[in-house]
Amino acid sequence: MSTNLTVNGQTHAVEAEPDTPLLYVLRNDLQLNAAKFGCGLGQCGSCTVMVDGRAVFSCVTPIVALEGRDIRTVEGLGTIDNPGPMQQAFIEEQAAQCGFCIPGMMMRAQALLERNPAASDAEIRSFMEPNLCRCGTHMRILRAVKRAGELMQQAGAGRTV
Amino acid sequence: MLRRIALGLVVLVVVAAGAFFALAYRPAIDPLPEGEAPSFDPLMVARGAQLAAVGACTSCHTVSEGQDFAGGLPLPTPFGTIFSTNITPDPEHGIGRWTEAAFIRSMREGVDREGNLLYPAFPYDHFTHTTDEDIRAIYAYLMTRPAIGAPNQENQLGFPFSFRPVLAGWNLLFLRKGTVEPDPQQSAEWNHGRYLAEGLGHCGGCHTPRNAFGAEDGSGHYGGAEIEGWFAYPIDETSPAPTAWTVEAMTNYLTYGYDQEHGTSRGPMAQVTGDFRNAAPEDVRAIAAYVVAQMHGGAAPAAAAAPPAESAAAQVPEASPAGAGVETLTIASPPASPAFQSGDSQTVAPATADNPGALIYAGACATCHESGRPQPYGGLDLHKSTAVHSTNPQNIVNMVLFGIPASDGQAAPIMPGFAGVLDEAQVISLLNYLRETFTDQPAWENAQQIVADTVGGTTQPTIYSADGLRRSPVADIPRTSP
Repeated sequence: MSTNLTVNGQTHAVEAEPDTPLLYVLRNDLQLNAAKFGCGLGQCGSCTVMVDGRAVFSCVTPIVALEGRDIRTVEGLGTIDNPGPMQQAFIEEQAAQCGFCIPGMMMRAQALLERNPAASDAEIRSFMEPNLCRCGTHMRILRAVKRAGELMQQAGAGRTV
Repeated sequence: MLRRIALGLVVLVVVAAGAFFALAYRPAIDPLPEGEAPSFDPLMVARGAQLAAVGACTSCHTVSEGQDFAGGLPLPTPFGTIFSTNITPDPEHGIGRWTEAAFIRSMREGVDREGNLLYPAFPYDHFTHTTDEDIRAIYAYLMTRPAIGAPNQENQLGFPFSFRPVLAGWNLLFLRKGTVEPDPQQSAEWNHGRYLAEGLGHCGGCHTPRNAFGAEDGSGHYGGAEIEGWFAYPIDETSPAPTAWTVEAMTNYLTYGYDQEHGTSRGPMAQVTGDFRNAAPEDVRAIAAYVVAQMHGGAAPAAAAAPPAESAAAQVPEASPAGAGVETLTIASPPASPAFQSGDSQTVAPATADNPGALIYAGACATCHESGRPQPYGGLDLHKSTAVHSTNPQNIVNMVLFGIPASDGQAAPIMPGFAGVLDEAQVISLLNYLRETFTDQPAWENAQQIVADTVGGTTQPTIYSADGLRRSPVADIPRTSP
């Protein structure tokens, strides 16, 4: 069965069962490997992507719910040559250790900062709570999110596609 | 003649005003002398801690992650917003200068030390049944907590509710003082449970519907009611639980916040079960015995042991109406579907239909809810879910949208919310699928309105983690319809 999915502004006709989790389609069909399979239960956050501007766990989101929705992954935030503010901030703060959780962290943070680039430390902490990092770089991640907000405010616009 | 009528009227008004004044007037009780801190027997303080847990004092008198008992929690009521007060021993803002007699009067009559009538958001209509000995222990416990100098906040109530003496009328109509007389037909445990459930535990505060005056409607005792954007289930014979509660299961649930056969407490009940962890085990069991008896017609149920899960699976009940007429305590769980056999987290039940609700269930829910893992590590088999069997779908709507946030430092149930991804139509389609697949109940008629109100923010359920702490919802929630 074919489902039309719009990912990072591009529409794909995906041949997959409609109850397939978005994560599998991103990685296996569209070769967008930023989002990671962590727990598969919506409990760790490494699969986090954005749907219509909201952070969602792609491992427990069946594609049947996503036709016509605006899906965004880290690949949509920028490129290696031209990283977006979120990516730039994570590089500058060297927030990744093993890096497995980082794409999910970036997408959850992006969802917050696009609505409020001036989010307070407390708001950032509260919003980032569902996403786990087992290396323990939380403090750097929080600094990176704060910095990303500053970069977005400097750029005057949050969204980079 | 006219003069006589006028005079009569004046006399009548004066007498009525005098009677009302007599009714509403409570004298101030002298404060403890300044600088005098009473001392208490440590055993009494410890008992007070257990009883305060049964009374769930912190649920209202503590704001999330705030200082214990310092008050300040807004309680929305149909009459306006009431703020809970500081009940720490702070001499200025708390109860530091209250004598034991003043504290006992507040619990019995709803009057503060200065003689002001308190609003029945403070459930003194229940606490009034508590014995002197137990109230003294709670006083000892509270008076030995750290004093917090947090000022109390002004209530936001319109006239006439802002005028405290009107509460005298409420008390006249609805305050029934006196002890809970033991029923000699019942066991000591049942009687102790009734004393706690009807008194300190104030179960009826949420589980009994309220009348136009905000008082519990005695005729609907434990009949279920809406509270804080949730539905407090009926805990009488109309309990919607698909598996009949046993005293063991209820004790388990009240103590740990979940039970394998019934699921997880969330919403305001999570605060109750969070508090009950600090209560005396025998008190919790007594409450369980009494409440479970209410579900079985009031009498203590026969002590039937729960059959092991394997044999239970074979005893599927006929479509019995929710909880009614249940005579035995046989636990009957529906047979497991083939997908239950696997503990593999990636096993997904096959989607059998072109039904979006079925597909969403398969892709979003089944990975946990059909994992076969026990709670708190796996989701509840929804055949056992009270939320799906309830006549009111508010709780399952809240769960689907907002999930259960993680608790701090303990293995506790957790669920992601789906408000960020499922739109209203998809949520309704999922609800219809759940209702049809996991229950023998008719479709919900009001689901659409409830989903719209909850997504749109007209209904704002308070979200708690399983440890009872109020949290910001983990789901990235849209508050307006897409």
